[in-house]
Amino acid sequence: MLSVDLAQVRIIAGKEFRDRIRNLWVLAVAVIFSLFALAIAYFGSAQQGSVGFRGIDVTIASLVSLVIYLVPLIALILGYDAIVGERERGSLELLMSMPITRFEILFGKYLGLALALAVSTVVGFGAGLLPMASQLGMNDLYHYIGFVLSAILMGMAFLSLSVLVSVLAADRMRASGLAIALWFFFVLIFDLLLTGALVVSQGNLGSAVFGTLLMLNPADVFRLLNIFSSEQVQTMYGLATVMPETLTDPMVLVAIMLGWIVTPFLIANWRFK
Amino acid sequence: MISNPIQVINVNKRFGDVQALGGVSLSVGKGEMFGLIGHNGAGKSTLFKLMLGLMPPSAGEVRIHGTLTSGRDFRQARRRIGYLPENFVTYDNLTGLEVLQLFADLKQVSRDECMPILERVGLADAAGRRVRGYSKGMRQRLGFAQVLLGNPDLIFLDEPTNGLDPEGIHDFYRILRDVQARGATVIITSHILAEIQERVDRLVILSSGRVAAEGTLAELRAKMVLPSVIELTLNPGHGQQLHGALAPMGLDMEIGEEQARIACPQAKKIAVLGAIGALNGAVRDIVVHEPSLEDLFFGYGGGHA
Repeated sequence: MLSVDLAQVRIIAGKEFRDRIRNLWVLAVAVIFSLFALAIAYFGSAQQGSVGFRGIDVTIASLVSLVIYLVPLIALILGYDAIVGERERGSLELLMSMPITRFEILFGKYLGLALALAVSTVVGFGAGLLPMASQLGMNDLYHYIGFVLSAILMGMAFLSLSVLVSVLAADRMRASGLAIALWFFFVLIFDLLLTGALVVSQGNLGSAVFGTLLMLNPADVFRLLNIFSSEQVQTMYGLATVMPETLTDPMVLVAIMLGWIVTPFLIANWRFK
Repeated sequence: MISNPIQVINVNKRFGDVQALGGVSLSVGKGEMFGLIGHNGAGKSTLFKLMLGLMPPSAGEVRIHGTLTSGRDFRQARRRIGYLPENFVTYDNLTGLEVLQLFADLKQVSRDECMPILERVGLADAAGRRVRGYSKGMRQRLGFAQVLLGNPDLIFLDEPTNGLDPEGIHDFYRILRDVQARGATVIITSHILAEIQERVDRLVILSSGRVAAEGTLAELRAKMVLPSVIELTLNPGHGQQLHGALAPMGLDMEIGEEQARIACPQAKKIAVLGAIGALNGAVRDIVVHEPSLEDLFFGYGGGHA
């Protein structure tokens, strides 16, 4: 059986996390998130002809549309270099000659990067909402925390994909290309294809099939998580009515998202030579 | 001989269709300074990687302190190993001290060891500076510093003096002698043969993934089948005469108008020199080149003797 020395995992994770703190990556991403959160909270309703904070559900709905582009991109950029970068520079060989297993290296790197992403997400979205804090009730806060957590989960899923890319790619150039391609596919193309399939089938694509297909994209899982955890948001999406019952349960959606986090990582570990 | 810290037993390593190592066996005794010599691509680095358990052999086995390097138990053995890769590359964004502390943590060695080791390799003043600003020689010293962490009893050095200036090379061997005196086993590759020659107890010459020769320097010289090279300066017009005198001996000769070059097996040397001496007036000068370690190396290893 594989034995895991958590002390070694922590050393690698600590190094990766400190690196991201030190080169200001965490700060930069947190600032970006907080600016977006602030802007959307204030100006999210500008299209309806008004500015100012219009309530947490509207804000979350707008933030979801933004975060669904931004977080996968940031996670993919964060992780694509993790293994292939050290391999290309030549530091990986010495690291692997240490009393540490490949799994511990990979897991440590993943945890360190995931922590960096989580911290910047929490701090960024936390700070962004601070000016509105006095206008929020407990329920609002609860929804917002749910949104932030789901954003972190989606980030971890795309981070897992990017670590897989980093293990598979022959060099950094190809890894970055592959990472960007994944972003295009999951964030831009996937939904287009799905919509296309719906149109071609003239709506005959059953809701079970359609719902299952949505689960093949962690970004869509994220979107659904945020739709089905708020009744008010649900009513703003016509989509809500076509989903099969089981896939509207947030716990099921979270479980599927966890699958998206674990599976690419396990494949990466299997392929890590 | 289970007591030998390094045992390589009939190892093959293939990368697809390419055979990097074919039937390599060697054994290094405790406290030995062992040299590994070969051209680029001879399989030295591959052999190192197998010995460090960085990749499994395609066939055969490698044991370090009796433990299979391809097995799960090998990670514990790694705590007692110091390794300096051919190109030591590390994390440029960290300081020298931080890099050393990272490796100390991974080897579960106290961080208190780090500063004394940096002093030992002459990097104490640069300990707080980021590696980004280090010269090639300083990086190599840092690489050597991480080898010394935890007093390893087995040390692998791949071209360790690359990038070091003469003073650095001197320092390096001084520290290595201390380490060896403490009982550590050292296995070292180098392309600077004169350097290896003075220092190793025993060496292996690797050629196209096979052991071409193994032994102490004296043993290798004794086994040596390389000819001496005799260079002659002739008085004009005596080439034919020289050829006539030496032809019956079956030698490899190039005879020109005023120069001649004769490859002479050791066993025939005296006879050949006697025959040349008998050619009164034909020869103006004579120089005999004995095969050097370089020739030995190329003779065994490269096939262009």
